[in-house]
Amino acid sequence: MKMKYLVIIALFTCIGNSFAQQTPASKQTEAVTIVGATAHLGNGEIIENSLIIFEDGKITQVMDATATKMQYRGRIIEAEGKHVYPGFIAPNATLGLVEIDAVRATDDEDEIGSMLPHIRSVIAYNAESKIVESMRPNGVLMGQIVPRGGRISGTSSIVQFDAWNWEDATIKEDDGLHINWPSSFTRGRWWAGEDPGVKPSEDYQEDLLKLEEFFASAKAYLEGNNEKTNLAYEAMKNVFTGDKRVYIHVDGKKEILDVIDFKKDHELEHLVIVGGYEAHKAIEDLKNNNISVLVQRPHDTPSSEDHDYDFPYKLAGILHNKGVLVALESSGSMERMNTRNLPFYAGTAGAYGLGKEEALKLITSNTAKILGIDDMVGTLEKGKTATLFISEGDALDMRGNILTHAFIQGREVSLETHQTELYQRYMEKYDSASK
Amino acid sequence: MKIRLLLCLVFLVSLQAKAQEYFPKNDGVKNPQTNYTVFKNAKIHVSPQETIESGMFVVKDGKITAIGKSVNEPQNSIVIDLEGKEVYPSFIDLYSSFGIKEPEEASGNGQPQYDANREGYYWNDHIRPETDAVESFNYDEKAATSLHKAGFGAVNTHVPDGIIRGTGMLVALNPGGTEGDRILKDRSAQYLSFDKSKLSRQSYPTSTMGAMALIRQAYLDAEWYGKGKSENKDLALEALNRNKSLTQIFATDNLLDALRAGKIGNEFSVDYVILGDGKEYQRLHEIKETGSTFIVPLNFPDAYDVENPFLAEHVTLEEMKIWNQAPANLKMLAENDIPFTITAHDLESEKDFRNNLLKAVSYGLSKEDALAALTTTPAKILGEGNRLGTLKEGAWANFIITSGDYFDKETSVFENWIQGERAVINKMNTTDITGTYDLKLEGSTYELKISGKPEAPKASVKSGETKLGAKLSFSDNWMNLLLSPADTTKTGFTRLVAKTDDNKNEISGTAYLSDGSETDFSATKKTSTETAEAEEDEKENGEDEDEDIREIMPVSFPNKAYGFSEMPEEESILFQNATVWTNEEEGILENTDVLVKNGKISKIGENLNAGNARVVDATGKHLTSGIIDEHSHIAASAINEAGHNSTAEVTMEDVVDPTDMNIYRNLAGGVTTVQLLHGSANPIGGQSAILRLKWGENAEDMLFENSPKFIKFALGENVKQSNWGSRSRFPQTRMGVEQVFTDYFTRAKEYEEGRENDEDFRRDLEMETLLEIINSERFVSAHSYVQSEINMLMKVAENFDFRINTFTHILEGYKVADKMKEHGAGGSTFSDWWAYKYEVNDAIPFNAPIMHSQGIVTAINSDDAEMSRRLNQEAAKSVKYGGVSEEDAWKFVTLNPAKLLHIDDRVGSVKTGKDADLVLWSDNPLSIYAKAEKTLIQGKVFFDIERDKELREEIQEQRSELITQMLEAKNKGLKTQPVTKKEEQHIHCNTLEEIH
Repeated sequence: MKMKYLVIIALFTCIGNSFAQQTPASKQTEAVTIVGATAHLGNGEIIENSLIIFEDGKITQVMDATATKMQYRGRIIEAEGKHVYPGFIAPNATLGLVEIDAVRATDDEDEIGSMLPHIRSVIAYNAESKIVESMRPNGVLMGQIVPRGGRISGTSSIVQFDAWNWEDATIKEDDGLHINWPSSFTRGRWWAGEDPGVKPSEDYQEDLLKLEEFFASAKAYLEGNNEKTNLAYEAMKNVFTGDKRVYIHVDGKKEILDVIDFKKDHELEHLVIVGGYEAHKAIEDLKNNNISVLVQRPHDTPSSEDHDYDFPYKLAGILHNKGVLVALESSGSMERMNTRNLPFYAGTAGAYGLGKEEALKLITSNTAKILGIDDMVGTLEKGKTATLFISEGDALDMRGNILTHAFIQGREVSLETHQTELYQRYMEKYDSASK
Repeated sequence: MKIRLLLCLVFLVSLQAKAQEYFPKNDGVKNPQTNYTVFKNAKIHVSPQETIESGMFVVKDGKITAIGKSVNEPQNSIVIDLEGKEVYPSFIDLYSSFGIKEPEEASGNGQPQYDANREGYYWNDHIRPETDAVESFNYDEKAATSLHKAGFGAVNTHVPDGIIRGTGMLVALNPGGTEGDRILKDRSAQYLSFDKSKLSRQSYPTSTMGAMALIRQAYLDAEWYGKGKSENKDLALEALNRNKSLTQIFATDNLLDALRAGKIGNEFSVDYVILGDGKEYQRLHEIKETGSTFIVPLNFPDAYDVENPFLAEHVTLEEMKIWNQAPANLKMLAENDIPFTITAHDLESEKDFRNNLLKAVSYGLSKEDALAALTTTPAKILGEGNRLGTLKEGAWANFIITSGDYFDKETSVFENWIQGERAVINKMNTTDITGTYDLKLEGSTYELKISGKPEAPKASVKSGETKLGAKLSFSDNWMNLLLSPADTTKTGFTRLVAKTDDNKNEISGTAYLSDGSETDFSATKKTSTETAEAEEDEKENGEDEDEDIREIMPVSFPNKAYGFSEMPEEESILFQNATVWTNEEEGILENTDVLVKNGKISKIGENLNAGNARVVDATGKHLTSGIIDEHSHIAASAINEAGHNSTAEVTMEDVVDPTDMNIYRNLAGGVTTVQLLHGSANPIGGQSAILRLKWGENAEDMLFENSPKFIKFALGENVKQSNWGSRSRFPQTRMGVEQVFTDYFTRAKEYEEGRENDEDFRRDLEMETLLEIINSERFVSAHSYVQSEINMLMKVAENFDFRINTFTHILEGYKVADKMKEHGAGGSTFSDWWAYKYEVNDAIPFNAPIMHSQGIVTAINSDDAEMSRRLNQEAAKSVKYGGVSEEDAWKFVTLNPAKLLHIDDRVGSVKTGKDADLVLWSDNPLSIYAKAEKTLIQGKVFFDIERDKELREEIQEQRSELITQMLEAKNKGLKTQPVTKKEEQHIHCNTLEEIH
């Protein structure tokens, strides 16, 4: 036991000084070759004894090491018995927008107002957040940063997790519009003496109409001939051109069916359902309309006591196995810090109906497809960005998710965090006391 | 008994004496009334068991002076012939707020109020035994009329406000008399509840467990006060002592609270009469064990409107089952010999009362039991058995007159007499004109059919097969029939007017034709043979229309989805060829058998003989001891008593909710034992409940037997109320937190001294608990985050010469692990939570591994109903963060929490002789891919993944059956209620019942 700690401490000491936040790695200058690892490509395939080379931030080779005489290039990492994965992607995250839940001054996730397509998350994204850096040791290397609240919460952007500032972090700016679909249920106003329980909403149709009207007005505005600029409508431009994907946060079947009509009415090319608790009840409709789903975090309790205890665990599997394009998102209680558990959400989905490699897709290739960044990331394939990591074992299992190396755009990023530094500091204290 | 007899004698004697009247009169001469009223020829229901066919009785001055088959008829008698009619005693409602104005809610300034409004009374405003209903009573004519219609003659009314509410009064609903006549007893019973008074905003208690502790303390204080030990005057305690001899009625609004009331009653030997909520049938055994009489409402839920399938999804099986089962509640209570009375207090309309009562009878409640519950039983409870509830000489002349059997739907209730005063409900001498007639009008013959109740008949008129428009109004025996032609395009009304006569089979009168002319008409009743056939047809149809008897769904335990229809039996089971994680020196054993017998682990070894045991092939599977969660808030009806900064007197054992679905879900995650902790609203919280997750058992039986005593302490942001609430409560800083502890422990020491020197010393439940802590008889589990406060609490404890048993959360434990080790504290922490509050800024997932490395007994807990069902995965995070061995990591959620809870002699490892609390896993239990397949507690299988599959199907079947029943109900035109959605709330330490 003791030996193991000593080794870990030695490791820390080598890395050296303690920083408040980890310094972003500099640009890849030397090619890196990873040899002998089991490569999990992220598309369902595995290469047992693999050879992976990346240069200038791009993957140049992914192949079976035994079937090639390819020259290793640059730095060589012997990784027999280890596993290589494409960097995990956390969609619908709020990382960098809030640092400490209970401290309002650190909270930048929810602007006031209802129709806020012009609100952009990326400019508030804190690249130096101590929570963001804590993603990396778990293999979560990218995320979609999404504003919360309102009917139209605003516009998200996709970032990578090793950057000096938000501009450097950005992978895809203003990638998506986020809408909180009206609910056909509403909570009783307890302060007005009503039962605080949940009851059918009388405002559902009205709320829908307002949303419809906003889209219609924006469209009319964008036809031109305006005397004055309307920032909210301007921000809708890319929605109608199809460049900004539409994410609709919705759970109920009825609402999902209404969302499908909405997609048709407004000819929205890329529409994604976020949450989707009852998406399994509308599978054919979703498929026929080319709608993908970001399934809510599986580590949650069922919403009704009548539901299967493992329903949240298996929902993604049900959808995936029936042919819906699915990825996992991690919003919910304490979502910032919990986003690092994304790999284990996939592991759980794997245990409940998917198997490991299919489950892996839900946090890699499928996510990249849904977010529209699959040309860059999401799989270990030639030509893709070298955002990947090496793990001691199965990265979807707590016991195996132990990273030895992580690369973002070919840059080897630090796996140290505020938390590992405290670990190191206090173990040093106790070890020196016991000497 | 003797006193009762004596009272009866006095009463009888007083009857003989002439009542003297002493009120002056200025608006005329006195005109005294000394006549008798004689009721004759009635079928008299003297009591639920005794009936006099064609009997008579005499009433004078509001009382019955004689009753029997044939009694002497005084000369100055007014005679009322009740030929063909029946007489019942008027009903009595024990739970009422009739005539009491609803107390007005106190207003406040938005800040919590900690002190009482009142002076000279108890320190807590919600203890109001001095309240007398009679002080705020005014006869409410409108409400009385409604009660008359429902059949009530007397109600026990009270001010429904506060925890100890003071006395109620027994009122006769005499429509003609004065308050002087009506008030039968001014202090007839004392009322209690778990709900606070509206008249004060005093915070304490914020929870049911606080209310329970407060009642206990008030009882103890009253006893002490009664010994003359108090230096100050306390009018509330004086009243409480005075009210002790009265009937004690405890109002509750849910089944768990009813059992809680029963629990307090048993502790203090008070036989509460308990107002229930109509769901007593779900826990008949426990209800019976309270030994209480129950006051049961008839508020059967309406069917849910499930026409919209989207909405129907949100009705739970439990809600639907309750709708299906509730009408059979009274029948089941009666079958189990549980004494009960019936109340109408929560019914919207008096019509619902009889309808629902008849419904209960149609579901199997006997008429005798129904009558007893409305007459003799409540009368007896109030000690008024001789004056109320039966019709006998000397009793109040409180009775109802009906057209027949009260429990026949067709029967009309005519009059409700109270204290000899008549309230007319339906005219008694109404001619019954129902029947089929040949109506002759202007040379044509029509068929006139009159149906319905005699006092509200309906008519239909046919000419041959053509139906005419007909509208009948009937009052005071005058009939008005409006006829319109079958052809609706024509207008041409004919109005028939006639005075009817009971003795004739003919109605004749005048017809006013559309042209303004008048002519005679007559309608002759057909003989019974002529109409019999037609009536029979009608009856059959009629029954289909409004009878609503459903097949009752069996009660399960708990009575909701995944409940047991039969509780699991203790089994002998042999697990063959498993990988066994012993948590003992043997470590992890491959290919090993484990034999479970008599609830214990009987043998561990290879190739064990199964004997009679059921064999479970565990090849490729892993067998472990059950997971123990040191920090849980599932299975609780309340979490925080936030009304004071110390609430050591409250206990979570009082508020266990054995019906929480999270119990089942935790079992499905391999959890067998949890410590149900009080929340962190205050530095000194409440006592814990250690529970075995025996799904389906009642609250008491879920408590870990001979459970070590624990209490929750809390430090930091929550107790400072940093993130919510007021800025007025001490403490607002960590500096103040220390002083709270020091202050309370100092006072506890002084209390101990006082107690030793005075045998009549006031018993203080809070101080008693604190002393248990100081004397190391009760262990502390302290919610803590930052190192300074952890250190502080250890020093405070050391100053008072005890130790902190467990620091829970303890996210900076890694910073003071050496100090904790020296102090002897254990640590129970989250695997990786942080960043949710300022004080968890330095929380690290390496915390458990570091504490463990320094020799601290370390556990990983949940504090969360979602995480608790995956604690195996949370333990596995210690392998990732900090490199703990799998064997040690597994102990973080099994053996180590067992040690922290001092139950490791019984659970926490797979060892011969320990309780068979076992989990069979599909895989290495630390693996993300592992599923619990069987979860056993003391040798009983409480979760089985195969059984779970069957239950899922059963739930679907039951749901669709009940939805069909509800759709049928709606189709029949029965009332429905809109669907609402139950929302699951994840409860954490800082969940406050009052903060939404």
